[in-house]
Amino acid sequence: MNELQKQFPILTVPENGKRLIYLDNAATTQKPLSVLKAVEDYYRQDNANPHRGVYELGVRATDAHENARVAVARFLHAAPEELIFTQNTSEGLNLVAYSYGLEFLKAGDEIALSVAEHHSNLVPWQRVAKATGAKLVYFYPGPDGRLSEEELDRKITDRTRLVAIAQVSNVLGLEAPVASVVRRARAVGAVVVLDCAQSAPHLPVDVKALDVDFAAFSGHKLYAPMGVGALYGKKALLEKMPPFLSGGDMIASVHEQSVSYAEIPRCFEAGTRNVGGEVGLEAAIRFMDSLGWEQIQAHEKALTARALKGLAAIPHITVYGEPVPEERCGVISFNVDGVHPHDTATILDASGIAVRAGHHCAQPLMEFLGITACARASFAVYNTEEDVDAFLSSVEQVRRWMGLGT
Amino acid sequence: MELNALYNQIIVENSRAPQNRRKVEDATIALEGVNPSCGDDIVLELRVKEGVIEDAGFTGDGCAISQASASLMIDLVKGRTVEDARELLHLFFGMIKGEVADETRLEELEDAVALQGVSHMPARVKCAVLAWHTLEEALDGKQPQELRL
Repeated sequence: MNELQKQFPILTVPENGKRLIYLDNAATTQKPLSVLKAVEDYYRQDNANPHRGVYELGVRATDAHENARVAVARFLHAAPEELIFTQNTSEGLNLVAYSYGLEFLKAGDEIALSVAEHHSNLVPWQRVAKATGAKLVYFYPGPDGRLSEEELDRKITDRTRLVAIAQVSNVLGLEAPVASVVRRARAVGAVVVLDCAQSAPHLPVDVKALDVDFAAFSGHKLYAPMGVGALYGKKALLEKMPPFLSGGDMIASVHEQSVSYAEIPRCFEAGTRNVGGEVGLEAAIRFMDSLGWEQIQAHEKALTARALKGLAAIPHITVYGEPVPEERCGVISFNVDGVHPHDTATILDASGIAVRAGHHCAQPLMEFLGITACARASFAVYNTEEDVDAFLSSVEQVRRWMGLGT
Repeated sequence: MELNALYNQIIVENSRAPQNRRKVEDATIALEGVNPSCGDDIVLELRVKEGVIEDAGFTGDGCAISQASASLMIDLVKGRTVEDARELLHLFFGMIKGEVADETRLEELEDAVALQGVSHMPARVKCAVLAWHTLEEALDGKQPQELRL
């Protein structure tokens, strides 16, 4: 166990009597001590309801909430007033769907999105389409798993009002051509909603440089607690959007028959917030800063390259999406011929290896690929070459367990 | 976890067995069973006449546990009365929940007793019971849910 792994308490406890080899990081990551301690310290020392009490403790809680906002905004290269705390990516995308989509889209408009979208960036748009009469238009990747310029040209048209796309697919692990999408969206006056759930843990996201209109991510996929995430929105758009959830703390004043709302971003943050989670997210960002993007990316790419090379050497394995390690963000989805991915995952679990199996909340992509499910290994900073090698040797055993030869 | 107990010969062989993997002629009931979290998806077809399950078959896709379980269930209930089938369903659920472990009683489940290993694996219970729940719902007269947008 190396020094970095020792910072993650869960990795120090055996699983099924074996060392836990956690390769389901695209679903959620484990949490380092610094994050756990930050959450605990908040509740031990600073807990009160932010923006309410005038007493000293209330001020500390407000500071914890707003300082976390500054840290998360800086992480995305956004201004703090453009940064809304959410529970997770799904809530961020739903906020955009309800407060922007329902308000500004109409019949005949088109919403362009990739067939590879996670259900979080797909089902809300289905609902917007149903409610407004807008039409969903899907981008389809080529055999390499990538979206071509021609496909973007075909689908982003004068009718397109909104493009919803994941920066990195949670199944294919490949980066979407965001710059090309934004350029075309600008040309036709459409807004771009970027799902950063799978990108933010693995590459620096600069919402200003990307020039996207909205961007959402979840804390729990980047070492923060579950139940906290953030949505970035351009100030000019947020200022013209109606609230999403309404109630406490999102108002300026309320009368029997009228209400005025708080300024952005508070008008999008109804009710008591998950300040402990926000503080944990700030600590997780500090943890990533302490490693640095260069080290994080070099490490994850090296593991991905080793895993892809190893899988290519095992017969009867299909890897989805082009197996180019440099362009993968720590995600490898695969199947073993003749074996359902659940069985693959159970066989790996017997060796203490946790991988995801299923449709990965991307059923339209599964249909497009002509499969019902696949297995997925995904890496984080604490994984090692030893983890990858254990994974590969376990994958090699799968067909034998299922009575399909050696 | 003992993989041998889970992926025993009966399960591995039945997961690919073709005999029950078919549509049923003049089916009186067809019902889809889905595990939303993982995508296991089967359609169970039955021909029930005068309280007897005359024929049964399934189509679909899923893990070895769900597919073997569907096939073993059909082997077990085909030709039985609906009443008998319901009793076997409850016995199976009891075995999977770990509530019934008495070997003599479990003999009634015939080869489906090979799925007993799943009772120690909470993550795979829903795979093992998918077909059985679908059969229960089909016998209860549940109607297929419409797709909607």
